This record gives sequence, structure tokens and C-alpha cells, in this order.
Amino acid sequence: MSTPALSTHGLSKSFGSLVVASDIALQLPRGARHALIGPNGAGKTTLINLMTGMLRPDAGRILLGDDEITTLGPEARVRRGLVRTFQINTLFPSLTALEAVALAVCERRGVARTWLKPISAYRDAIDEAHDVLVSLMLARHCYRPTRELAYGQQRLLEIALALATRPKVLLLDEPAAGVPRDESAELFAAVTNLSQDITVLFIEHDMDFVFRFASRIIVMVGGRVLVEGNPDEIAADPRVREIYLGRRRHG
Amino acid sequence: MITSAFGVLFDGFAYGMLLFLLSVGLSVTLGMMNFVNLAHCTFGMIGGYVTVTLMNNLGWPFLATLPLAFAAAAIASVAFERTMFRRLYRASDLDQCLLTIGLVFVSVAAAAWFYGTIQQPVNLPSYLRGSFTLVGVTLGVYRLFLIGMSLVVLLALVLALEYTRFGMQVRAAVDNQRMARGLGINVDGAFAITFALGSGLAGLGGALAIDIVGLDPSFALAYLVYVLIVVSVGGLGSIGGSFAAATLLGISDTAGKYYFPQIGSFLIYLVMVGLLLWRPTGLFGRR
Amino acid sequence: MFWRGYWFGAETMRHSRAAMRGTGETVGGPHDYLQAQIRWRNIEIAFWLATLAPFILTPNYLVLASQIAITALFALSLDLILGYAGIVSLGHAAFFGFGAYTAGLIAKYGWGEPLSGLLAAGLAAGLLGYLMSFIIARVRHLALIMITLGFGLLLLEAANSASWLTGGADGLQGVRMWPLFGLFTFDLWGTTSYWYSLVVLFLLFIVSRRLIHSPFGLSLRGIRDNIIRMRAIGAESLAHLQQVYTISAAMAGVAGGLLTQTTETVSLGVLDFQRSADVLVMLILGGAGRLYGGLIGAIIFMVARDQFSGINPQYWYFPIGILLVTVVLFLPNGILGGLAQIAASERWQRWIRPRVPRRSLLP
Repeated sequence: MSTPALSTHGLSKSFGSLVVASDIALQLPRGARHALIGPNGAGKTTLINLMTGMLRPDAGRILLGDDEITTLGPEARVRRGLVRTFQINTLFPSLTALEAVALAVCERRGVARTWLKPISAYRDAIDEAHDVLVSLMLARHCYRPTRELAYGQQRLLEIALALATRPKVLLLDEPAAGVPRDESAELFAAVTNLSQDITVLFIEHDMDFVFRFASRIIVMVGGRVLVEGNPDEIAADPRVREIYLGRRRHG
Repeated sequence: MITSAFGVLFDGFAYGMLLFLLSVGLSVTLGMMNFVNLAHCTFGMIGGYVTVTLMNNLGWPFLATLPLAFAAAAIASVAFERTMFRRLYRASDLDQCLLTIGLVFVSVAAAAWFYGTIQQPVNLPSYLRGSFTLVGVTLGVYRLFLIGMSLVVLLALVLALEYTRFGMQVRAAVDNQRMARGLGINVDGAFAITFALGSGLAGLGGALAIDIVGLDPSFALAYLVYVLIVVSVGGLGSIGGSFAAATLLGISDTAGKYYFPQIGSFLIYLVMVGLLLWRPTGLFGRR
Repeated sequence: MFWRGYWFGAETMRHSRAAMRGTGETVGGPHDYLQAQIRWRNIEIAFWLATLAPFILTPNYLVLASQIAITALFALSLDLILGYAGIVSLGHAAFFGFGAYTAGLIAKYGWGEPLSGLLAAGLAAGLLGYLMSFIIARVRHLALIMITLGFGLLLLEAANSASWLTGGADGLQGVRMWPLFGLFTFDLWGTTSYWYSLVVLFLLFIVSRRLIHSPFGLSLRGIRDNIIRMRAIGAESLAHLQQVYTISAAMAGVAGGLLTQTTETVSLGVLDFQRSADVLVMLILGGAGRLYGGLIGAIIFMVARDQFSGINPQYWYFPIGILLVTVVLFLPNGILGGLAQIAASERWQRWIRPRVPRRSLLP
């Protein structure tokens, strides 16, 4: 069995008496498309924060491939290929989409601190940024400041920024959140077209999205992993139905 | 040597109490609304000039002018808050700084226009002048009065905060504004009252300061730096923090000027920078 | 969020492309777009040509003109950290003054060559900035404001106390400059001074302009806009902030050195809070984050102050206060921002629209 792209062992975190993560053990094989679902407050975003290094765990280990990254800061983890998107758009309002993605590309290439050559001199980086935008169907709008983009386009830009860093493991935090039906086609296409080399874990509440893209679903409740399985197993699991629908049957 | 040390301590503590009165309002309003009001000492200056006008032009006794100094500063602050400040509650730190600094500039020029740039004289009543000796230490009567007044204010504030419904609302708003609103607490109203109270206290401090540090138009700017030091070192939204920081600053400044006159305020700034590096949110600040 | 206002370039780009909308295609490719961003606009060329006007129009005011050029350079250095990286500093005069005293001391102790002295001033201030940057990059909000303020005050007190070195309140005596390039003496009319200051300003302006349009400039805007996102794309924000702070400090030091060399004197005023506050006011007036904002603000502020110089200093700050209040409430992006809004109308497009190559897109 090959090494999983991302794995956690015994990951735990509490804030005082509030346990937000309890003994989480996950394995994401290379190229996986796994979904993380669960009610609000289950600790899903907390888990992402722990994985990306924005929160320090009380106990447990995180491994990216064979490397232990538990003590690394967020920037270092990004450089190793562990990247996330945000549930609430966390973008650069005054930068155009092209500039934003070009920035991410330059950071990855390590040229972001050069200050005597204009950015237009870095033709490869710009081409790369433009290609990312084209692949997400944002090229038409790439000269507009981020704050002027429609909400759906901003969600796509979230993903574009992550892709510009050439991730090995991509953590998507509710990518479809708030995206209206008529704008979701591009988003779905974007996720479908993600390269098989990239391992994806996404949090979602939109069950259409989950059952469409996920090959495996992890259910979290109250900071713990309740159950893991393929979509059919999860759909049939009575405990999962209980969480989402309550005990009494409706209709 | 010991008696002079104690004398320095006493004077320093009195100065610290003055700084406390001037700063506590800013600390609480900063903690509540995150509104950087650099014009806070303008209200102090208003209180000072009200006292001077009442005493020198209208012959009022000193103690009687104090409530009016408080009230005038409070009313002025409400006027500013209604017309200008409330538009900037969601603006950036920089914008708030700039607006309020602009107001300071205007107030300094206005004070110079109406009162001139000279130090304002104040005639304290005879029962507040002079000093007496206690176990070999000389204690100024006025400074004792100042200390007493400040401690009363401190007590009143702490009691109000802990035991009244209004105080509870203020504490909730400082802790978590969004949550407080969500619970139905009228945060804006509570803030308006707190702002007025805090500015009023600054006005009182300004009036009491005349005899200790003098009053001229530069007061609004000169003491701003000290007030900011107290607030940032003490921690935002903390009455206890303001008290501790003001005491620390008052004693350090007095001791510094007494024992190391060449260095001047160097020690103060160094201590402040050092403290902020150790604890950026102040001694009693959150996060 | 610190920044609210349109970035000049993108705004005008949008308007110029409005005319092309409907074809469904963008004008030119990304390379053309970015090239167009950095091309010199007509209005910029006009501005720099206008800076030569004082030689012809107001030859009696060249001393003032060089003071303005020096202050403009100082404001530009502040714009780099405030307008582009979002660092609010109330003590930037520390670097101005440090450079000023360095240049003064070098000249006093025998080496009066201007250019090397200026270089030394810049390097010294840059070094100080580098050391401070370790602290500055790590704090935010009120603590940052207070630390920058405190540092400025500290340096002032230190200079005051070390009167054996700095001359204290009397200022540094015995600063004598050698002629520039061995040919041009610093005369009382200010001709050499203004040429010198203007050329240095222009050169460092070119450097700043390059910086803004470089990947580094982009990363600074990223930090200003959203530092959390910067971490999430793997950016070492700390190192970025340290770098810009060092560059800005060096630039401020050069400005201070220029002042020393052109006036052949240094006093404590180069370090005081008033200087830090004034330059902040100028930058805000002109509009931060627009490269020219500091320059415009410096010109307006200094000319106005010169005109009203007879008035009691207390009263001078009255209109400044009113102006600040007005700018914050009604003109959030300073004068340049307000002008940008007016300029968005078609009539002015010719002067400020970047020249973008248009390909024929009609079938």
C-alpha cells in the first residue's frame, strides 16, 4: 500500500473544556476525492485549520506523504503542497484576478521579493497565471478588481489562488457555499477538471455536490469521526440520517 | 533618602491618578467600539478651560466648577459623537486617527484664539493648599485630594460595572460586541453613554490637572501621548489595567525626572516599547 | 480593511474597455495589459516637466523648492510602508533624522563630499530600519502605532541627551559641504540645491515606481489587502514587511541627508513628532497608495505653509485640522482619489488612460 498523501494520527484539540477535535485519524490516498460532512459545529473547519497549521493541536501528528509536518507553520505547509480554500471569500479586494493569481505564482516560484524588475518581465509566471484563470473560465474577468467580481466568480478565484500554488493536497472549505444554482456550473466543472495528481478533501453541506464528486465520505460529529465509507454506505447509514433528519421520519 | 523616595512615590502616585482620570474613558471606549479617539484629551482641555472661566471670570469656588467641567466635556463629546464619530465606527484605524487628530488641531487653535497661549492661573481654595507632614514625609494637600477623588471614581466605576445592569451591558459589549447585540443589548446606546461618561471624566481630570501640570492649548496634544501610553500598556477596555498602567507611568515618570533628569522621558518610552513588545495587547488586554 | 478606493490603473482600464464591451473579448492579452500598467502616462510626464518650472518661473524660491522636493521624497518613503504595505507609522521621522545626523556628522568631521555622504545617510538609516523591522513586522493595530510613536520619541530624547554628539538643542555646528562633482557649490540661491534634490527625488521615484510594479510590490498590496490569504498562498509576509520597511527607512534617511547637505545644518527638529505627523498629513491629503499622493500632498502643504508662514503656528494647524476632517469624511482617498473619480469622465481619458494596443476584434 502506497503512502497516503495526507494522514493524521490521534489529532486532538480543546479550548478549555470545549473539545473541538478528538482523536482524529484520517488517511487520504493519492488522487482521492473525499468529502467531509457533518452538522454545524462538528469541527470540520477546525480540522482544516489544524491540518493547515492555523491551529496548533494539543496532541497527534500530521503527515504529508512521508514527511511529518505537525510542527511546521502554515506558510511552510503551503510550500510543501498542502493548500486550502476558505469558506468565506478571503481574497485581495483591490487586486485584479490576474494580479492575485500571478502573486500566488510568484510566491511559489520564490520571486515575490524581487523589486527591480517589473512583473511584466516574468512572462512564464504570467502565462501560468493566465492559464489557471482560463481553466476556471475566469479569463474574461481577469482584469477586474476582485471586489467587482460576482460572488460565484469570487468562489472560483478562491480555487484559482489555491491551484496557482500547485498543491499536492487541496482542502476545499465549502466551495459551493452561497453559490446560486445558475453560477454553479463553472464551479462543478472546475472541481471535475482537477488533476488526478491532486488529492482533494472538501467540506460541503450541499449533498448534490457531495454525492457527485466524492468517492468516499467522512462524517464528523462533535469533534469526532462518526463513520467513514463510500457514498452508498453513508446514504444508507441510519446514524447519518439521524444527524441530518432527526429521529422521526418526515413524509 | 527614604523620605525623599517616599515623597517621589507619593507625587508619582498622585500624577498617576491624574493620568488615570484622563485615560480610563479612552480605554473603555476603545475596548467597546474600537474607536481610536485621539481627541480624548481635547475633552480634558475643555474641562480645564471651563473651570478656569468659571473661577476667574465668574468667581465660582473651585469645587463647584468640577461638576460643570465634567458636564461640559461630556456634552461636547456627545455633540462630536453624534455628528462625526458615529460615521467612522467601521472605518480603519488610520481614518479614525486622522479625523480625531484633525479635531485636536482645530481645538488647539481655537483654545489659543480664545484664551491665548499662556498658562492659565488657578486659585485653589485655602483648604486645598499647603501640605502637612506625616511620619517625616511631606504630603501636599491638593495631591491628597486628587488621590482621594480618583480612588472614589475608581470605586464608583468598579461598583457600577460589577453591580449595575448598565455595567453588565458594558462588560458584555467589551467582551463580544456581536454577541451582545445578538442578545438584544442596545450597544450603541450603551456606547453613547459610556463615551459621554469617559469624556466627562477626562474633563474632570483636565480641571484637576491645572494645579499639577498647568493648562495651555498644547494640553490636548501633549497629554495625548501619555494617555495613549496608559491605554496601550494597560490594555483596552480594562479599568484595572488603566489604573495599574497609570500608576506605573506616573511613578516612573516622576522618579525618572527626579533621579535621572538628563534622560527625561527616555525611560518612559523605553519601558512602554518594551512592555508592548512583551504583551502587544497591554498588561490586562485580551487576546 | 485599510484600503478602500479604486486602484488608479485598473479603474481607468475598466473604463477604456467599456467602449469595447460587447465583443466578449478582452483587449490584448495579459502581457499587454501588464505592460500598459507600467507605461508612463502623459500626465506623469507633464508633472515631471512641471518640476523644472521653478528654475524659470520662480528663481527666487529655489530654496523652498528644494525643501519641497526633500519633503516629497520623505512622503514617498512613507507611502511605501503606509499606502502599499499598510503599516501605520507615527514615527517615520526617526529615519529621516538618523540620516540627517549621519550626513551632518560625516561632513562635520571632514568628509564633505555630498554624494558619498548621502549614500552613507541612506545606508545608516536603512540599517536602523532593518533592525527595527524585526519588531515592526510582528505587531499590528494600536501596539504598532504606539511602538512607532515610542521609537520616534525615544530617538529624539536620545539625540537631545547626547548633545556631545548631536549638539543637542543648539544643533550640529560646522557642517561644510564640498561642491557637488567638484564643480557646483551649494549657493544661497539654492540652484544647486534644487537640482540636487530634484534629481535624487526623481531617481528614487523611478526606483519606487519599479518596486510598485514588481512582484514585490504586488505582494505588499496583497499583505495590505488580506494578510491571512497571503499566509495561505505560502507567502513569507514577515520577510516582505521587513524588506519594505528597510527600503523605506533608507529612502527617508536619504531625504534627511539631503536636508542636511542643502542647508548645511542639522537640528533636533529633524526627529520630532511634528515632522512625523506632518508627513502623514501630507500623504493622506494627497492620497496614499498612489505613488504621486505624497508628492502632491507635500507640494500643497509646503506651499500653503510658506504662504501662511507669518501666522502664529497655533493658528496654522487650524486649517490643517479642518482639511483632515474634510478629507476623512468626504475624500477618503485624498486629493488624487477625488481627482481619479472626476477623471473617470471621458474628457480626461486621453491624458491618463494607459496606451493599450488594440487588436481588431471585429469580424
